[in-house]
Amino acid sequence: MIPSLNLRAAIVSIALFVAFILAWHLATRGTATVQQMSPEYAKLMGLSATQGKSAMPGPLDVGAKLWEHLRNPFYDNGPNDKGIGIQIAYSVGRVMIGYGLAVLVAVPIGFLIGMSPLMNRALDPYIQILKPISPLAWMPLALYTIKDSGLSAIFVIFICSLWPTMINTSFGVSQVRKEWLNVAKTLEVGTFRRAFTIILPAAAPTIMTGVRVSGGIAWLVIVAAEMLVGGTGIGYFVWNEWNNLSITNVIVAIAAIGAVGMVLDLILARLTKLVTFPE
Amino acid sequence: MTGFISIEGIARRYGTNAPIFDDLWLSMNQGEFVCVIGHSGCGKTTVLNILAGLDEPSSGTVIVDGKAIEGPSLDRAVIFQGHSLLPWRTVMGNVAYAVTSRHRAWKSAQVTAHAQRFIDRVGLTGSEHKRPAELSGGMKQRVGIARALSIEPKIMVMDEPFSALDALTRGTLQDEVRRICTDTGQTVFMITHDVDEAIYLADKIVLMTNGPGAVLAEIVDNPLPRDRVRTGFHKHPLYYGVRNHIVDFLVTRSRTFSRDNHDPRNVPHVRLPLPFPPPHSPSKTGVDALSSGEGRVGEAAPTELKKETLT
Ligand SMILES: Nc1ncnc2c1ncn2[C@@H]1O[C@H](COP(=O)(O)OP(=O)(O)OP(=O)(O)O)[C@@H](O)[C@H]1O
Ligand SMILES: [Mg+2]
Repeated sequence: MIPSLNLRAAIVSIALFVAFILAWHLATRGTATVQQMSPEYAKLMGLSATQGKSAMPGPLDVGAKLWEHLRNPFYDNGPNDKGIGIQIAYSVGRVMIGYGLAVLVAVPIGFLIGMSPLMNRALDPYIQILKPISPLAWMPLALYTIKDSGLSAIFVIFICSLWPTMINTSFGVSQVRKEWLNVAKTLEVGTFRRAFTIILPAAAPTIMTGVRVSGGIAWLVIVAAEMLVGGTGIGYFVWNEWNNLSITNVIVAIAAIGAVGMVLDLILARLTKLVTFPE
Repeated sequence: MTGFISIEGIARRYGTNAPIFDDLWLSMNQGEFVCVIGHSGCGKTTVLNILAGLDEPSSGTVIVDGKAIEGPSLDRAVIFQGHSLLPWRTVMGNVAYAVTSRHRAWKSAQVTAHAQRFIDRVGLTGSEHKRPAELSGGMKQRVGIARALSIEPKIMVMDEPFSALDALTRGTLQDEVRRICTDTGQTVFMITHDVDEAIYLADKIVLMTNGPGAVLAEIVDNPLPRDRVRTGFHKHPLYYGVRNHIVDFLVTRSRTFSRDNHDPRNVPHVRLPLPFPPPHSPSKTGVDALSSGEGRVGEAAPTELKKETLT
């Protein structure tokens, strides 16, 4: 009997992972030639030059570091030494606030745009101009006006999460099938009830797709934003470890960013599925 | 005489194109089942949408129960060409949505009980919690019928309600609709492409010519007895006469119909009390006889055609 597709896919996934780890391990094992140099200079150069050890940490180093972090993710030894869990919590918190606000603002505006051809045309040029602006371009302006780095990061998240949700909402609302609207009309359903009982459920899958895209972008942008504003957050952590030349920690952080992003997307995918209806 | 529904000189144009129709008059009595037959694109759905209040005529009015209609109303339930159920709601949810729209103040238990009655009536007991995607085409159409009936409208307006169904399901549903409508004395305005369906269901069959500038050519009074049954109505001696008359209209006269001697306010009523099918199907002679007002269909039964005009 052929094993199920899921099982076979899992086997291939694991095989790829093992192969990757193995290749990584072999590549960083340390075969570089040891150069002759004065002890003083060797001290400056670090282990990579003196012992033939690659500067790139191997999987075992990263694994050990990861274990260390996982064992104690929430320690706090002052501003430059916090556990990775705390840093992630900061980032997730910022994303939640900025992105949550963006959804709260974008859905009603998108609704308005979708329902009114007038507003659609009137607001379209603004959206078209604002949408392609890299969210980080807002950072200086935000720092100047808000004068708070944490809030500025939240603002940047807010701005970048706005557009996909708004555009998808207006599209979903304007594309509600005419026959469903006619059902409401023939039943003499009022404007408000129609908005909540016909348009919202009909557009919900499209809206949620926008919300999900926004979520992905917000998580992408938070890392860059925190690198700029510093202080706390996983983005700051990455930058800080880079300054400490701790590539191992950088790699651990990269993995953590990926994992958290995946979890966020999974949650949003679940929510999308919840409002999706089969036709 | 003004009927329960009175379509008075309606026209519909899109932009500067030739009007789809420019002067339609039709009167319907309460409890009457009227079918409209005409070729695709002649403007049947347009008439229906105007009657439903979903579209406005470019000129003319429609009067229902003594009042000119302004927009859609819960008094006129529409069964759409597609089933147009709300796919995110269950069968019960779809029917209950209509019921709450009609009775705003009802408690949910009351709404559910009322909706259940109509779900039962169309034979969907047990499927209340299914979503439209889990239903067959015939079941979906039944939900549409239950939804329309549940608001207990004065008029049912149906746009080819059975055309997407297989023959067997269509037959069952026709039976159900006929039973329900005769039981409750519904007034029904229905569009169909199916001549047999029209003969089985309708009291009057309105024949519409091809557009643009479509007119109601004539109104065929159904001569079959009211208690006809689906299994036997096509064996009725009058069946072939009516059928041939309508088919003949669709094949030739809908195209060649001349408006010259046609008074759109007094659409001729045609009744074919032929006890046997005419020796040859009514053709040109019959047409000329009708439109020239001599009251003949073919030569087989020169004196038996009763032609009257609606006043
Ligand atoms: N929005 C529109 N703009 C211009 N013309 C239109 C529009 N909607 C319908 N028409 C025209 O009106 C005519 C009548 O359309 P209608 O839908 O009433 O036809 P119908 O008799 O119901 O046809 P069918 O039997 O195929 O459903 C068609 O010729 C169509 O081209
Ligand atoms: Mg149509």
